Amino acid sequence: MNAILILEQSLNGLQFGLMLFLLAAGLTLVFGIMDMINLAHGSLYMIGAYMVATFSQATGSFWLGLGLGVLATVVVGVLLECTILRRLYHRDHLSQVMGTFAILLMSNEVVRIIWGAQPLMLNPPAALAGPVELMSGFSYPAYRLLIIGVGLLVALLLWLLVTRTRFGMQVRAGAANREMATAMGANVRRLFTLVFALGAALCAVAGGMLGPLLAVQVGMGESILILAFVVIVIGGIGSIRGALLGALLVGVVDTAGRTLVPLLFEKTMGPDVAANAGPAVASILIYVLMAAVLFYKPQGLFPAHD
Amino acid sequence: MTDTSASYSAASGPARPSILDHRLHWRVMLPVFLLLVALPLLARAMNEDFYIGVASRVLVFALAAASLNFILGFGGMVSFGHAAFMGLGAYTVGVLMQQGVASAWLAWPLAMLLGAGFALVVGAISLRTQGVYFIMITLAFAQMLYYLIMSFKALGGDDGLSLPARSQIGFGLDLGDDTTFYYVVLLLVTLCVLLMARMLNARFGHVLQAIKENEIRMSAIGFPVYRYKLAAFTIAGAFAGLAGAMLANQSSFVGPGMLQWTQSGILLIMVILGGVGHLYGGLLGAAVFLLLEEVLAAYTMHWQLGLGAVLLIVVLVAPNGLLSLRRGMWRKP
Repeated sequence: MNAILILEQSLNGLQFGLMLFLLAAGLTLVFGIMDMINLAHGSLYMIGAYMVATFSQATGSFWLGLGLGVLATVVVGVLLECTILRRLYHRDHLSQVMGTFAILLMSNEVVRIIWGAQPLMLNPPAALAGPVELMSGFSYPAYRLLIIGVGLLVALLLWLLVTRTRFGMQVRAGAANREMATAMGANVRRLFTLVFALGAALCAVAGGMLGPLLAVQVGMGESILILAFVVIVIGGIGSIRGALLGALLVGVVDTAGRTLVPLLFEKTMGPDVAANAGPAVASILIYVLMAAVLFYKPQGLFPAHD
Repeated sequence: MTDTSASYSAASGPARPSILDHRLHWRVMLPVFLLLVALPLLARAMNEDFYIGVASRVLVFALAAASLNFILGFGGMVSFGHAAFMGLGAYTVGVLMQQGVASAWLAWPLAMLLGAGFALVVGAISLRTQGVYFIMITLAFAQMLYYLIMSFKALGGDDGLSLPARSQIGFGLDLGDDTTFYYVVLLLVTLCVLLMARMLNARFGHVLQAIKENEIRMSAIGFPVYRYKLAAFTIAGAFAGLAGAMLANQSSFVGPGMLQWTQSGILLIMVILGGVGHLYGGLLGAAVFLLLEEVLAAYTMHWQLGLGAVLLIVVLVAPNGLLSLRRGMWRKP
C-alpha cells in the first residue's frame, strides 16, 4: 500500500461518487417534493446513455452527441411525467413501486426493440483517450479526470440553482413542506415537471459520461439505481447537500473497499482468506455503511424534512 | 367476534362482520382447490405435462408472496429483502444435498428455521426504523447476504449449485416425479395458507392489523408492538424459507440470483398486483404474474413490454390490486 495507490483509488472514488450524485440529485428531489418512489429513474439513465451514444455516432462528435442526447432525454422524461407519473403522485408508495417498475420493464424492452440486444459502443473524445501525468510516476486517465471536472461543475451549478434562484427556493420549500409551499403560492405541479426535466438531464449527463467506461446496455440502470437509493437514504431524503455527501461517501467507500479490503485481509489473515472473504466484505461495505448510518441517524445525515 | 373500535382508514372492500377477520370464501376457493387437485390429470390428458412443473413453480411463488403479504398487508411492514429468506431456504437444500443429505424431513424444516432465524435478526434491527428507511434497511441486509453467498466459492459462487436430485420424503413417494412433487407442494402450500389465515383471524392477527392501523394507539393501550411485529416478521421468514426450499427442488438449482433485489421487488409486485391485505392477494398476484410471463413469452420475445403494460394498467385502474375489483364479481358476504 503506497501513496500512489491511495491517490488513484481516491480519484476513482471521487469520479464514481460524482456520477452517483447526478443520479441521486434527481431521485432525491422527486422523492422529497412529491413523496414519490421512482424506480424508473435508472431507466432515464439508460435512455440517456443510449441517446448520447446514438447522437455521438450520428454527428461524429462526442460533445455534440452529449448535448443532443441530454435534450432528447429531457423530452422523454417530460413526456413520461406528463402522461403517466403524474397519475401516481397521490397514490401510496406501493402503487408507485408497481407503476414505475412497469415503466422500467417497458423501457428496457423498448430500448431492446430500437437498439437491439447488443451493447452499444461509445468512444470518449479522441483527445482524451490517453493518460495524463499528474505528478512524476503517477498518471491518470484523462477521460476520468474530465468526468471529475464535469461532475464538480454540474454539482456547483446545481448548488447555485438550488440555493441562489427563485426556482431553487421553491424546490427547497417543496421538499421541506409541500402543502405549505403550495399555500404560499408555488405552482407545485409546474415546479415538479421542471424538477423532473432537471432530473432527466442529470441522468443523461451521468449516462453519457459513464457510457465510454461501462457498456451501454439494457438493464444498466438497475444496479446503479439501488446505489442511488442507498445514497439518498444515507444523505437524508430531499436534501441535495445530503445527496452530494452520500454519493461521495458511497463512491469512495465502494471503490476503495474493492482494492484496500483484499489487501488488508492478505496482510493480516493470509491469501486464502483474502481471496474468499475479501471481495465479499468489499461488496457489502456500502450496505453496512447504510445500515450503520440509519442506525445512528434514522433520518439520514442531512434530512430535508424535520 | 371482536370489538371493531380500532380506527381504520384504508380498509377497502365490502363490509365484513369484523374488519379484522378474513373469511376463507369456501364457495370460491373450494372449486379452485379442486381444480388444482385435478390439474395434473387435465395436463396429462392434454399431453402437456410441462404445465405440471409450471404449476408447482406458481404454487411455490404463491407461498412466498403470501408470506410477504402476511407482514406487508396485515402488519404494514414493507420488506424489500424477502427474497433473502427464500434464497436462504433454497441454499439450505442445496448445501445439504451437496453433503449427501437428501431427506426433506431434515432439509425443509431447517430451511424454515434458517429463514426464521435470519428474519429475526433482520427484523430486530430493521423494526427500529419506519417507512422508507425500513424498506432500505431490509434491502441492505438482503444485499449483504446476496454478496456473501455470491463470493463463497464453496457455495458455487456466481454459478450456483446444480442439485443432482430432489429431496426425499420416504413413504414410497418419489419427489423426482413431477406429479408427486406437485401434490406435495400443493399440500404444503395449502396448509401454510390455512395456517396464515388462522393466525390472522386469531388474537395475534387482530393485534397485528390494529398495529398497522394505529401503532401509537396500540402501544399506548399497552401492547408490546415491537414484539408483535418481530414475531410476524419471523413467521413470514419461516414460510419464505420453506418456499425457497421447494423452489430449489422444483428447479434442481440454487443460485445467488434468487437473493437479488430484483427478486424481492418481483415478490412485492406480486403482492401489490394481487391485492395488499387481501387474504388471497399474494396467491393471485403470483399466479397472474408468472402465468402472464409464461403466456407472453410464448408469443413474443418482447414479453416484458406486455407484462409492463399489464402492470401499469392494473395500477391505474385497480388502485388496490386485482382483488379489489371483485366487489362487483361476487356478492358481498
